[in-house]
Amino acid sequence: MAAERTAATRRVVEKTKSDERGLELLAKMLEIRGVEDEVQRMFTQGLVRGTTHLCQGQEAVAVGVCATLKQGDSMTCTYRGHGAVLAMGAQADAVFGEIMGKAKGLCGGKGGSMHLTDVAVGAYGAFAIVGAHLPITVGLAFASRYLGDDGVSVCFFGDGTTNIGAFHEALNLASLWKTPAIFVCENNLYGEYSPLRTTTPIERLADRAASYGMPGVVVDGNDVFAVIDTAEEAVARARAGEGPTLIEALTYRQVGHSRSDPAKYRPPGELEEWLARDPIVLLERKLAEDVTDPARIAELKEQVRQAVLEALERAKSWPDPELDARFANVLA
Amino acid sequence: MSVTELTYRQAIARAIADEMEIDDRVLLFGEDVGAAGGVFKATEGLQERFGPARVLDTPISEQAIVGCAIGASLRGLRPVIEIMFADFAGVCFDQLANELAKYRYMTNGQVTVPVTVRLANGAGGGFGAQHSQSVENWFLNVPGLTILTPATPGDAYALLRAAIRDVNPVLYLEHKGLYNLTGPVSDADLDVIGRASVVREGSDITLVASQLMRHRALEAAELLAAENVSAEVIDPRTMVPFDYETVRSSITKTNNLICVQECSPGGSWGATLIATLAGDSLELFDAPPLLVGGDNTPIPYSGALEAAWLPSPERIVDAVRRTLAY
Repeated sequence: MAAERTAATRRVVEKTKSDERGLELLAKMLEIRGVEDEVQRMFTQGLVRGTTHLCQGQEAVAVGVCATLKQGDSMTCTYRGHGAVLAMGAQADAVFGEIMGKAKGLCGGKGGSMHLTDVAVGAYGAFAIVGAHLPITVGLAFASRYLGDDGVSVCFFGDGTTNIGAFHEALNLASLWKTPAIFVCENNLYGEYSPLRTTTPIERLADRAASYGMPGVVVDGNDVFAVIDTAEEAVARARAGEGPTLIEALTYRQVGHSRSDPAKYRPPGELEEWLARDPIVLLERKLAEDVTDPARIAELKEQVRQAVLEALERAKSWPDPELDARFANVLA
Repeated sequence: MSVTELTYRQAIARAIADEMEIDDRVLLFGEDVGAAGGVFKATEGLQERFGPARVLDTPISEQAIVGCAIGASLRGLRPVIEIMFADFAGVCFDQLANELAKYRYMTNGQVTVPVTVRLANGAGGGFGAQHSQSVENWFLNVPGLTILTPATPGDAYALLRAAIRDVNPVLYLEHKGLYNLTGPVSDADLDVIGRASVVREGSDITLVASQLMRHRALEAAELLAAENVSAEVIDPRTMVPFDYETVRSSITKTNNLICVQECSPGGSWGATLIATLAGDSLELFDAPPLLVGGDNTPIPYSGALEAAWLPSPERIVDAVRRTLAY
């Protein structure tokens, strides 16, 4: 009887723990969705200069992978990287501030939407040249080996990146030197405006890992728990000195490539199909099945929504940079 | 270290070794730099001495080499990398011009990128149009890069040690035609970045010339001395940041300027120097400043054609005569 009671208690404790974790993941994904929705609105209000690339629909990839990292690990991402930087723990107000070019933005207004960087949380940068950050990630990972720490380096990129030379140079070197790198390809089916099948002669991008002697794993990128399981394995492998992994996370970009793209190239019904598999909807459903009190989920959604709006208001109130600031930090 | 006689090539290996000896964060990688000691033998003996963990051979992947160095430098390492023939900078131009040069600025100083990139410049060896260029001009318009162009073993040594110690990214351009040049090397003064060197004093005309052209300008100065023309020769040694002051004070004395460079005229350091001095010191000039450089063509292969492409001491002398006759 005692043993049974203990087992039951353990189940309850584990359930509660996984519940809490599920809610934490949901909160982060809601924050990213909220920020991206606001950035989209800010654009129409003329608050964002140049262009911006949003990641609605892809939140589970960034949140799932980054949930497996610890302090001392590093992350790089692309210009579609607001989500990844938030997933590492950057503050939403500093993200908004940077996107608006404010002095208190993450990069003092010098980077903008495409270059969100917060080294303090391990977010080593968002890069606007497709593929450029993959070799840099290899270097970050190499440094962990050279310095003898157990840090790993994660790199997010899109399906389009797998066709650029830097991808191949980076994966080759990463594997040759057995660096603790994790390459996460967010296959959202489109490279800018072009469907993947019109630019790439293979369907499974993870197959490219075989050329470089590393595991290539495919995962449902809209299922945050599946992403976590896959990433945990890759991270463990990297920490154990067994080298890099290529993860292909299947997901979907719910919006156009950038601000000027209405995404008219989508076949009819495709968006609706993927919206039905929205990663936030899937996680909420899962949590509801797992007897999370629906009131808690509703409360959490409201809290996150308020926090995002408050962060936005704070960032809006910040001043522009001093004009002299443009001369700073060309050199150290 | 007391003063030692070394070749330009040995001075480079010595500089890397001396920094590796005192700083564990310094490491070297590139194509064939380890086991083979470098295709120009400028890194000979380093892998034997420091081991394959600190001196690494890479695949033929210039983007990966530069990117990996950037990433490693973010964690506090001091990578020295080799791009072999400087022309190959074209293969990794994005990593050099968009990543290495701008990373600190775009992040508002969240990162420092102390990477030293070694590249082998230079025509005269019959390597043809894709293995002979001097590429410093490609990067003059990219703020964020320090660019060094040593012409002697002593400068090669001091500038490379200074580059490795610098917390900013440095392009360090070696000249293939100078690897066998012998000269004194010392560690007495390593504070050399941004300082030009007056290598021959004179009073009639100032010749500003770097790398192989510095030596040809000195030959020209010898020929001119026989005609009672006194030429001052200045080696900028650093292209960015350029030491305008040393050139300006020379022209205050000579009132004439010729830049001698191993490249086509457009968008070059000589063109920038002349434009700058014409803009702020026009009153110093007795004659229009001249640019003596390579023809406005790719570098030809044939020995006869390549020799004609490169500025010779005679062409420099001829330009001086025209300037002084103005």
